[in-house]
Amino acid sequence: MNVARKMVRWGQRKSPWILHFNTGACNACDIEIIAALTPRFDLERFGVLLKGTPRHCDIMACSGPVTRQIESRLVRIYEQVPEPKLVVAVGSCATSGGVFSGLYNVKGGIDQVIPVAAYIPGCPASPQAIIDGFAKLLKTLEEGK
Amino acid sequence: MPDKKRTVRVPIGPQHPALKEPESFMVDLQGEKISSVALRLGYNHRGIEKGCEERTYMQDLYLVERVCGICSHSHATAFIQAVEEIAGLEIPRRAKYIRTLIAELERVHSHLLWLGVAGHEIGFDTLLMYSWRDRELVMDLFAELTGNRVNYAMNTLGGVRRDIAAEQVPHIQKIVDALEERTKYYIELAMTEETLAQRLSGVGYLSKEDAIRLGAVGPTSRASGADRDTRRDDPYAAYDELDFKVITDDHCDVFGRTVVRLGELMQSYSMIRQILKQMPEGPIAVKAPLKIPAGEAVSRYEAPRGEDVHYVRANGTDRPERVKVRAPTLANTQSVAKMLEDGYLADLPIVVAAIDPCFSCTDRTIAVQGNGDSKTMGWEELVRYGVRWYRDRGVDPSRIKVRGDGLA
Ligand code: SF4
Repeated sequence: MNVARKMVRWGQRKSPWILHFNTGACNACDIEIIAALTPRFDLERFGVLLKGTPRHCDIMACSGPVTRQIESRLVRIYEQVPEPKLVVAVGSCATSGGVFSGLYNVKGGIDQVIPVAAYIPGCPASPQAIIDGFAKLLKTLEEGK
Repeated sequence: MPDKKRTVRVPIGPQHPALKEPESFMVDLQGEKISSVALRLGYNHRGIEKGCEERTYMQDLYLVERVCGICSHSHATAFIQAVEEIAGLEIPRRAKYIRTLIAELERVHSHLLWLGVAGHEIGFDTLLMYSWRDRELVMDLFAELTGNRVNYAMNTLGGVRRDIAAEQVPHIQKIVDALEERTKYYIELAMTEETLAQRLSGVGYLSKEDAIRLGAVGPTSRASGADRDTRRDDPYAAYDELDFKVITDDHCDVFGRTVVRLGELMQSYSMIRQILKQMPEGPIAVKAPLKIPAGEAVSRYEAPRGEDVHYVRANGTDRPERVKVRAPTLANTQSVAKMLEDGYLADLPIVVAAIDPCFSCTDRTIAVQGNGDSKTMGWEELVRYGVRWYRDRGVDPSRIKVRGDGLA
């Protein structure tokens, strides 16, 4: 691994910037992601910062099942995220389609379209679960997996 | 006739994956002023209504609860009320009170959430952090009373699923008292803080006539002086036994919408106290049939964002033949187009946020210049543009000091 790459890895581990992308969620998971960032839960103590644009982020936090309209957009946004990138599926819908699986306009979980690194279950995933998921993900990065 | 070359067309949206009724605004700009707004609806949908026809009534209850994760109890209650009407079920009074209690708690959490989001859109992030911190108290209550922070699944066909224990009542009261103190402080802040008045007054104007003509609902209509509230006009659950005021305001702008929502918070606290005091003893549910006899019903419900309407048609089986949902944001989108006209681009985020359209996702704006160059602008970028625009003109809400307290 060359030095620049190591630096990027280190930065990603110590302060991952996340992009929150809603792929058709009912909004509850999204609110819980924001709640995890506000004072009570304060995800920021792990260095996690919410960013508005894919080009700045390391981790994509996707919530909701992939609907047919969002599919191409999701792929486009994913492609805009610089390497090395990770995707976290937040909530049951993002994991498997959840309560919406089988609806005519729903494709299923995020991993039907793009590769996913971590799954956080729950409907909605509680802020505690989100913090736990991120902490575990960062730990695997630490171990260089 | 405006100079064609100088009109810049800005499409906003269409993605609002979070909403059941995603919307797209096509905004025409003359300089920094918005000259016209065209609206398109119906982009991103999951097919919930169709899905309802393939599932049983009990399964549908979980599905409609997830139409929107912020007013989940609203959709679930509106749906179940319609089904109960067709089946001729009379639910116990205690169940009605519990439904009303959850409904008002939901309004509290939703309005506090809105306050924070509105703060964020004008660059007042301190308010976002404080009001979301206060909101966590309500979320704790939900977890305690229903078992989940969101999507409470409190309703069941014929009543509610969980009872409120006597030991829980003092705890609810304590939290309501604490929140009332905070809300009083926010009202004082909104009324006395010069910067907020400068930033919000006159922004997103909607006259009473327009509000009625365009069918605005909820706080959006009440802030324009249109006195309509389903809880009073067509009472459901336990509202006919509660004493409350419908808050209206005649500012007709974003400031007015803030005042109405803060006022409604105070009414909700008083209603919650009345519910706790008057809640009758008794069973919480009646036995309900699996198959619902043929028939149809429309049910109205005052969700935090306005009137929510559900239509259900049953055909004698255990699955509905048709379900139709009219969520409040849909009713308000026409008014938004009107509010934006003749306003500044910098005001767009707060005006759109002021109808409270569950604006949590990162939306994308694509600015297409007249000469064919196109530029992509994210929602966050637009927010920052608005914040900068006002700061350059001396209005900077981020400098407002907010008092904390020992809560949290
Ligand atoms: S997992 Fe549940 S709460 Fe989260 S978006 Fe899906 S339906 Fe909503």
